Amino acid sequence: MSDYRVSHLDTLEAEGIFIFREVAATCQRPVLLFSGGKDSIVMLHLAQKAFAPARIPFPVMHVDTGHNFPEAIEYRDQRVADLGVQLIVASVQEAIDSGFVTEPPGGSRNRIQTPVLLDAVEKHRFDALFGGARRDEEKARAKERIFSFRDEFGQWDPKNQRPELWSLYNGRVHPDEQIRVFPLSNWTELDIWNYIAEQDIPLPSIYFAHDREVVERDGMLYAVNEFLAKRDGETSQVRRVRYRTVGDASCTAAVASEADTVEKVIAEVAATRITERGATRGDDRASEAAMEDRKREGYF
Amino acid sequence: MTSTDVAAAASAPTVSHESDLLRFATAGSVDDGKSTLIGRLLYDTKTLFEDQLSAVEAVSAARGDEYTDLALLTDGLRSEREQGITIDVAYRYFSTPKRKFIIADTPGHIQYTRNMVTGASTADLSLILVDARKGLVEQSRRHAFLCSLLRVPHMVLCVNKMDLVDYSQEVFDRIAEEFTAFATKLDVPDLTIVPISALKGDNVVNRSENMPWYSGCSLLHHLENVHIASDRNLVDVRFPVQHVIRPQTSDTLDYRGYAGQVASGVIKPGDDVVVLPSGFTTTVASVETADGPLEEAFPPQSVTIRLADDLDVSRGDMLARPNNQPRSTQDVEALVCWMDETDSLRVRGKYAIKHTTNEVRAVVKELKYRLDINTLHRDEDAEALELNEIGRVKLRTTKPLLCDEYRRNRETGGFIIVDEATNRTVGAGIITG
Repeated sequence: MSDYRVSHLDTLEAEGIFIFREVAATCQRPVLLFSGGKDSIVMLHLAQKAFAPARIPFPVMHVDTGHNFPEAIEYRDQRVADLGVQLIVASVQEAIDSGFVTEPPGGSRNRIQTPVLLDAVEKHRFDALFGGARRDEEKARAKERIFSFRDEFGQWDPKNQRPELWSLYNGRVHPDEQIRVFPLSNWTELDIWNYIAEQDIPLPSIYFAHDREVVERDGMLYAVNEFLAKRDGETSQVRRVRYRTVGDASCTAAVASEADTVEKVIAEVAATRITERGATRGDDRASEAAMEDRKREGYF
Repeated sequence: MTSTDVAAAASAPTVSHESDLLRFATAGSVDDGKSTLIGRLLYDTKTLFEDQLSAVEAVSAARGDEYTDLALLTDGLRSEREQGITIDVAYRYFSTPKRKFIIADTPGHIQYTRNMVTGASTADLSLILVDARKGLVEQSRRHAFLCSLLRVPHMVLCVNKMDLVDYSQEVFDRIAEEFTAFATKLDVPDLTIVPISALKGDNVVNRSENMPWYSGCSLLHHLENVHIASDRNLVDVRFPVQHVIRPQTSDTLDYRGYAGQVASGVIKPGDDVVVLPSGFTTTVASVETADGPLEEAFPPQSVTIRLADDLDVSRGDMLARPNNQPRSTQDVEALVCWMDETDSLRVRGKYAIKHTTNEVRAVVKELKYRLDINTLHRDEDAEALELNEIGRVKLRTTKPLLCDEYRRNRETGGFIIVDEATNRTVGAGIITG
């Protein structure tokens, strides 16, 4: 250590910890969005490091579409219990049942997550929401600040973002406004996996190769389950697959893979020529600016 | 760019624990080929993915473009695509087995000077592009000036489109000479000049056979090897206290740690430290992380420091060495870049200042001059700073700032200005005295 070298993963970790502490010190009611996916798992890991030996000083929240991979939910509940943090579940199913939102045709609940999220934010009066989004995921996200201001409607205005210089983050908001905070902004998918390997962080099993009944649709492999039925003319088959992202089970696809360890996943991610969202997320294919449009509505 | 004219792609790293991080900001005028260069760096390092490329190809084809518009890769916003210009900073990532890179792709237009300043504030290196056919234009000088103002330690001038001037050494030498003379006036500590063709790939990843007269290395080779470790200030111990950690659990009742990121210097257990602004001295009992204690801490590590004595220390305070302290002052002189379009900086205006982890209020006592960033002329009659204008101001703060001159310490020498009514970040300041 005599030359004071800092690896890029250590630099990213130090930046992430700094961001968590900054929010805890300056915001009134922060919350961490946690889905049981790999990015939010790394977020929780960083949060735990930021405040050790104290507990994480804010709750975590899952906007639950009701279309979950059971492995991810099981992981979520176990991890939250281990860390002793409070879990808030904002249920899309309950919102549908009460008539607050209407289930769109086609079964994807991606878009109706937004009003449920904003309703929970209002109810709990959260002023800062940690999200696991990375700038490498998508071109609209590449434009987003680490502290991203949202107005009282939860809207992102990409033309009117607060300048962000050095590590001086402006988290000031008026009542009902929020800051979305992205500690993983500067991480790439490969960084996440290398960090998971380096820190030996456990993950839900769906991230590793396993046999699953799938149908091929629009060039992607969708698992057949209670949320996703076969369409006319589609035949299912059992394939060796893993997930690169964990989202709503109705619109998140698997990729064919033999990678059943973290090391093999890293090798696979390093070699792939398709982005994780391009390979697995039907929701991003809606239009050229699908993500930007959803973010303007209040989505993460 | 098609896949066939690209040289053998660099192999993607599988083990990256050894590589470090270089942040660079790109600058240049609108048609200098910035997007093409970024597209090529991403493509040649296997960071540009097939689905991204095919999406861009599809949009280009649908618009009837003659060639694939790589700017679409970086112009991610609807309005940017509509207008064909870059509005805001976009951050891009690529890596080679040696290093990981963060590109702050900043817009060229003068209207977005604030975004250039944003991107350059954290950069280790600035990459300025000029078109070999046009030579230095106002924009190149302006960006070089802004990068020198922000003390970006390394600068690379890429003379692009060399293919369009027949790879002429004479053209390159003339531009290089002119820029070197200009950079001397700006105090640029490290300048490298590379002749390239981003479109054809000359000297971007591999040395070009088209320019045998050029003896330097390719752009990527330079980016991979430029020495940045010594750019950090390891001399002046500055530890802004960010958050006090007091676990309220039965087995850690007496625990009190001061969490923060080391701004500069090296901190070890046993070191004498002074707590500012109170001035009490004590020693460092331990330097801790969630993974255990450290023998020393240095930038940019995020750590928790425990002190030997029970002192009153809170967020916004700073630890330093008793014989090497930052200035503690309520009167600050700074160069300010104004960033707000709806309101201007005015003398006697009151603002919130965020500096390290400290927040104070400040009043503008004096606007000494407004700087014309094209001519470097000082207008001493100016009464306000409008959007994208830079001026020298005197501020009086409600409580002391613990600061250093920006040229000595970027972490303790910069601040942002926030409008207390709107909460908008309206300006950025660089402490000069």
